[in-house]
Amino acid sequence: MSTGVNAAQAIPGQAGLAGTSTAGGAQALVVRGKTLVEATINGVPTTFICEPRQTLLEVLREQLGLTGTKEGCGNGNCGACCILLDGQPVNSCLVLAVEAQGREILTVEGLAATAGTAAGGVHPLQQAFLEHGALQCGICTPGFLMAAKALLDTNPRPTEHEARRWLAGNLCRCTGYDKIIRAVLDAAERLAAAREAATAAAAARWEEVDRP
Amino acid sequence: MSTTVHGAAQATGPHGRAYRVIGTRPVRHDGLDKVTGRARFGADVRLPGMLYGQVVRSPYPHARIKAIDTARAQAHPGVRAVITGADMPALNTDAVAELGEGAIELKYASMLILARDKVVFQGQPVAAVAADTLQAAREAARLIHVEYEPLPVVEDAVAAMQPGAPLLHDDLYTVIPGGGKAERPSNVAKHVQYERGDVEAGFQAADVVIEREFRTAMVHQGYIEPQSATALWSPDGRLTVWTTAQGPFTVRQQLADLLQVPIGNITVVPMEIGGGFGGKIQVYLEPLAALLSRQAGRPVKLTMSRAEVFVGTGPGSPAYIRCKLGAKRDGQLVAAELYMVYDAGAFPGSPVGSGAVTGLSPYRIPNFRVDGFDVVTNKPRVQAYRAPGAPQAAFAVETVLDEIAEALGMDPVELRLKNASAEGDRLIYGAAFNRIGFREVLEAVRDHPHYRAPLPPPVPEGADESADGAAGSGTYAVGRGVAAGFWSGASLTSTVHLTFNPDGTVNLILGSSDLSGGRAALAMIVAEELGLEPHEVKPIVADTDTVGYNDVTGGSRTTYATGTACWRACQDAIAQLKLRAAQLLEADPESVAFGGGEFWLWEEPQYRISLKEVVANLQKTGGPIVARGMVNKLPMAPAFGAHIVDVRVDRETGKVDILRYTAVQDAGKAIHPTNVEGQMQGGAAQGVGWALFEEYVFDHGVMRNPNFLDYRLPTALDLPMIDTVIVEVPASEGPYGVRGVGEVPIVPPIAAVANAIARATGVRLRELPMSPERIWRALASAGRSAEPAG
Repeated sequence: MSTGVNAAQAIPGQAGLAGTSTAGGAQALVVRGKTLVEATINGVPTTFICEPRQTLLEVLREQLGLTGTKEGCGNGNCGACCILLDGQPVNSCLVLAVEAQGREILTVEGLAATAGTAAGGVHPLQQAFLEHGALQCGICTPGFLMAAKALLDTNPRPTEHEARRWLAGNLCRCTGYDKIIRAVLDAAERLAAAREAATAAAAARWEEVDRP
Repeated sequence: MSTTVHGAAQATGPHGRAYRVIGTRPVRHDGLDKVTGRARFGADVRLPGMLYGQVVRSPYPHARIKAIDTARAQAHPGVRAVITGADMPALNTDAVAELGEGAIELKYASMLILARDKVVFQGQPVAAVAADTLQAAREAARLIHVEYEPLPVVEDAVAAMQPGAPLLHDDLYTVIPGGGKAERPSNVAKHVQYERGDVEAGFQAADVVIEREFRTAMVHQGYIEPQSATALWSPDGRLTVWTTAQGPFTVRQQLADLLQVPIGNITVVPMEIGGGFGGKIQVYLEPLAALLSRQAGRPVKLTMSRAEVFVGTGPGSPAYIRCKLGAKRDGQLVAAELYMVYDAGAFPGSPVGSGAVTGLSPYRIPNFRVDGFDVVTNKPRVQAYRAPGAPQAAFAVETVLDEIAEALGMDPVELRLKNASAEGDRLIYGAAFNRIGFREVLEAVRDHPHYRAPLPPPVPEGADESADGAAGSGTYAVGRGVAAGFWSGASLTSTVHLTFNPDGTVNLILGSSDLSGGRAALAMIVAEELGLEPHEVKPIVADTDTVGYNDVTGGSRTTYATGTACWRACQDAIAQLKLRAAQLLEADPESVAFGGGEFWLWEEPQYRISLKEVVANLQKTGGPIVARGMVNKLPMAPAFGAHIVDVRVDRETGKVDILRYTAVQDAGKAIHPTNVEGQMQGGAAQGVGWALFEEYVFDHGVMRNPNFLDYRLPTALDLPMIDTVIVEVPASEGPYGVRGVGEVPIVPPIAAVANAIARATGVRLRELPMSPERIWRALASAGRSAEPAG
């Protein structure tokens, strides 16, 4: 979008026009009514300039080219635009881009890397969605994956009911949710098994160290 | 939990060989892109110099347009194009745009895109702008001043049929049975009639006759991806459109017709499609984006908001249905009468015809009469919605059947088994069924553990209220319902091409949009036939310049018809590759056989060469090959389903919980069983939404709930796991006996839920949605509601 002034060009030469304001905790730079926002997006320190009216969803999609996050309703009812903001699931259509100042954003494009999988690999949730056929058209999938990650970060072994309640803010029109819920519960098992294996391995190493 | 029940033929191929790929569950080809966010959907298109557009829509459901002033919008900074109805070519023709699933007269389609002299529904476009930014386009759209003269509104279809009702179109004359036209204009576009036997005598001979009235609400397909289209009209007259559509070729045809552009100048590029269910066949934004692009000389993207999707696209038809059935004491149906009014919205074209056919054809009924009416009202013009017309009719017929079973003291499944249509029986319009699996489906329901299991306990876990069983006096009541449904399935036209890579992998070039994973099943057919692994076949949904003509993905036709084209393309490939194998084997082509991915000599089977090797040597044996497969018309492959549902009704609040759900369906042959189960589960969920929650709430033609908060889709919390039983009775034609599976599963759920509520509470709901309020009122008026505790 043409409102997206390139940060590197705009700021140094226009320092005289800049002021400061606080948004999202840290101080933000305001230039000709536009705000310079510094955030960490999928692990990468990122700077963008936005208008105060712009949603985080609009900036992610239209300015930063992160179109994996989808817009289904624009008013927080469908969950297709769910991302993690400092680890919390939010509908990015209801978050102003200026609120991202100083915060950590995780979108579906960064999900695989959080599992420590090799480049090109996928997160256990993504793998479970593929194997269970938990997607049909795929438009709601990124939102479900991000909401499900937040669930498993909070509650590593959810019951079916807990998973259904947590994911009730994400609408899927294709699957009837059956395979999505199965995939999420299966991914929880896989992640838990991997954690237990890692703990056991660590314990085994300690035992070896302790051994005289 | 899912199970598969085999019908007459076992899951083996020609010559008794077991399938190697068919019936397995590989990860779908488009899966990785969709779980990583890389898949590109309609709104993900971004072109250099692209402008953003905004549509101006009528706030009035019925009004004359007196003037449109665009001067202020045109002067707004950043605005590059402004169009109104005057920019659409006038179409003075009676030609009809065939959409594959539904049709619309071109002159009406044109007005649906952009109104001219008057508006006939709220949300009808009256102008559009394109600007450098979406913000500028929205600001400019607000500066367009339209002067309206409001006209009387007709919101209800039955009211619209009455003499003296305000007319939407003064050139609309009812098409009457036999093909003539009425003498005076009205809001009734069409009257269809089907008749067999002697209906009056039939009812007189019946021991039990039940007649009921049903009303269903206007509902939306509810695809999560709003419509989005981007157009680039190049100065040399070429028009390219990137869009999210069920039929790229159908989009191309509509653009050529509506904009009066030579069809060869148009390229439609299909993006991934975020759900359609019938609602993304008709074009809405594409012609507007094209006209804006022509004026601006730059690409223009238009994307709908969710509110625009609700008011500006085509929902499913609301219906009023009167259903009368008569049966003998032993359960044999002897007579039926259906009076059906289907609301088309602002322009003719409701699915009343398929409602009529799907309503009665599942059963052998010697005497019947069906009168169906296609009626216009000041509401959004309806479009296909998954088995268009069938769920409404099944709600009526399957509810009355349940009442007949109750009246006769018969098991509802046994009643259906006694009357179920079979091969050779006639659909109501006269054609005979070929091989169908309705009986097998009903037997699978009857024999399913769910059907025989005791009802779940009435009191929810953790509730302190006591209850004393079904239809008792406690707060909670539980009940089980069953209902069946049918869709005859479409064939239409499909073309596919196969090209071969030197490593032996195959490109499968398709023109069928993939709404739900269909390309995986199509690739599996190619893998099966050519002896490859599913992921050695690369399915590509191509643009309209790259592949031969294909009709829409709709009518449950893709795996059946496009699948047949894939199968034929493989036979073409094998025939061509045989010639090359013969060269490599230094043998006569006639002596070469093929199977399991290998060519060999009939007489000397020790001489063999793999398909991959033949492909690797194509350049040395005469150059590359292209194989093609086409279908133009296949016989129908009708599919039946039946659902079992357990509900709990809170008699204090009217709230319904779905406790257990089992969907049974004849898939002919499940190519990719996971995808088949997904269709069954998704269809069941949509049906539950239609039954319990979903409706357009209108106030004099103005929709009051155009958002997902007030128009409530089922959530994960509203549904249990949905068990599936895939029955496999092979279809008469098509590869492996496959039948379409997409549409059937939305047909039974409404009546299944209504029947379960009735069995739980003793009260029949005949109006949708069966909302808590409606249920509570029905219980209260029957003296069966529960008083709030203490």
